[in-house]
Amino acid sequence: MTEKPLISIEGIARRYPAPGRQTTTIFENLWLPIRRGEFVCMIGHSGCGKTTVLNILAGLDAPSDGEVIVDGKAISGPSLDRAVIFQSHALLPWRTVLGNVAFAVKSRWPKRAKEAIEEQARRFIELVGLGGSERKRPAELSGGMKQRVGIARALSIEPKILLMDEPFSALDALTRGTLQDEVRRICLDTGQTTFMITHDVDEAIYLADRIVLMTNGPGARIAEIVENPLPRERSRIDLHRHPHYYALRNHLIDFLVTRSRTLRDQPADGHDPRHPPVVRPSAAPELVVTTPGDAATLPLAAAHKH
Amino acid sequence: MHRSQSLRAGLVSLVILAVFLTVWHLATRGTGATAGMDPEYAKLMGLTATQGKSAMPGPLDVAATLWGHLSDPFYVRGTNDMGIGIQIGWSIARVAAGYLLAVLVAIPVGFLIGMSPLMSRALDPFIQIMKPISPLAWMPLALYTIKDSGLSAIFVIFICSLWPMLINTAFGVANVRKEWLNVARTLEVGTFRRAFQVILPAAAPTILTGMRISIGIAWLVIVAAEMLVGGTGIGYFVWNEWNNLSITNVITAILVIGLVGMVLDQALARVARLVTFPE
Ligand SMILES: Nc1ncnc2c1ncn2[C@@H]1O[C@H](COP(=O)(O)OP(=O)(O)OP(=O)(O)O)[C@@H](O)[C@H]1O
Ligand SMILES: [Mg+2]
Repeated sequence: MTEKPLISIEGIARRYPAPGRQTTTIFENLWLPIRRGEFVCMIGHSGCGKTTVLNILAGLDAPSDGEVIVDGKAISGPSLDRAVIFQSHALLPWRTVLGNVAFAVKSRWPKRAKEAIEEQARRFIELVGLGGSERKRPAELSGGMKQRVGIARALSIEPKILLMDEPFSALDALTRGTLQDEVRRICLDTGQTTFMITHDVDEAIYLADRIVLMTNGPGARIAEIVENPLPRERSRIDLHRHPHYYALRNHLIDFLVTRSRTLRDQPADGHDPRHPPVVRPSAAPELVVTTPGDAATLPLAAAHKH
Repeated sequence: MHRSQSLRAGLVSLVILAVFLTVWHLATRGTGATAGMDPEYAKLMGLTATQGKSAMPGPLDVAATLWGHLSDPFYVRGTNDMGIGIQIGWSIARVAAGYLLAVLVAIPVGFLIGMSPLMSRALDPFIQIMKPISPLAWMPLALYTIKDSGLSAIFVIFICSLWPMLINTAFGVANVRKEWLNVARTLEVGTFRRAFQVILPAAAPTILTGMRISIGIAWLVIVAAEMLVGGTGIGYFVWNEWNNLSITNVITAILVIGLVGMVLDQALARVARLVTFPE
């Protein structure tokens, strides 16, 4: 990997004071580079600190240790370069759909004329398929439509990085599927760098280039990073027909069911938080791409470009 | 369905009004001359006793008086004899002045308290002590320092309208949903724009609830304040008519006070509806 990553999470930790002058460590020593144009999903059990990681990336929260480097600079707070799609959509209920998106556009380009701002807002409302609902207020929209407005608002400021916290978890399966298609299409078309949290294994398989697995908290860490073996051109409908699909899915489920706990209590031998193992599950027996300090597995890895 | 219900409710209101007026009329109807009364006592009681006329005016007397007042509300025949419209006008003007002053102080200060946990805790003891003081308790102090009865009444209105607005503004501002503030933060919205385009609209319904409580209290207090300071105003009018033993005029004034209070409240309710957003 010679290209410098767009985002580099460098040894961050988050601690909260606990009763009796103690501190609880939610997670620590998290290292993760994210390349430009990459779609990274993070999976882990409830309470392991996923939202906290995302808030730190967004600049809404500060790490207790370590730092996050974006574009060569340590971040010190929220920025228009990093747009957030909130789990609870977080629309301003007194503004219309257009007003909500235009609020973001105006924040990005304060000097633009009103017409140009509305034009840009309309373009992104159209993009998420809400053309015609510009004058509606959030209360008049369904859950899926609200989430679309949230997506339009985040994309309309043309951010370098898109951060999403379980954006579709509150939606029914059908709406979720449609929105996943749309987000994937938009991200592929624009080469959007995206970091997304999810609980849904299939969502991660469909959307992500790499899937980051977090062990349980407290004291969570990155257990491993799974590379998606599915081709970039994949469709949600026949995902399950792909030869590697079940290997990948079983690996993820297996992690969530047992290994997320065992790996917290007993880290794998030679686990290096700076270079967590990278795994690429496939129909053939699992292929370990790189395990630091374990050269024996490297011949298999030679097939890949790392 | 909905319409027929409001129609029926209106009908029931009319029936209740009719029953009330009938009972009132019957209860205050003359009872006939009383014989066998001690003549000394009869002389003391005047017409009430000798002609069997009740001291309480009936609804017809009040209606006639009300009509009299409403057909000529703005006459001035000397300092103690002015139309009810002029008296009400004085009261409304005092309430408006004190209330608007309170708005100008309470909303910015409430914003400050709501935004800053430090100021909130620093000012809390003062607010807690000042809030339960009856506004009329300030009257002597106001009269002594301001030395003007009209201004003192305005000051009392100011003081009593202040607290509900201040507390509600601070509460509304402090409880703006975190996620809306986070939206503003991730969009790098400046302080000024955040205050006016995120916090103010988010807190507006709570602020208006406070303003509505305040106008209600202000209208309650102005009557008492004007009874104390005298001179002009509907409160003075009531007191003056009591001294004239004109119960009819007192009842008329009571009705007018209620009507004006309702109009003030409804006006603010309408504004509140404008700034309320469904979630
Ligand atoms: N202000 C706080 N004080 C103490 N502990 C906190 C605070 N905020 C969060 N935590 C703890 O941090 C941990 C991580 O929270 P976080 O919201 O990041 O979890 P999560 O992985 O996003 O969970 P979920 O999947 O349920 O959204 C939780 O165990 C929570 O109890
Ligand atoms: Mg979360």
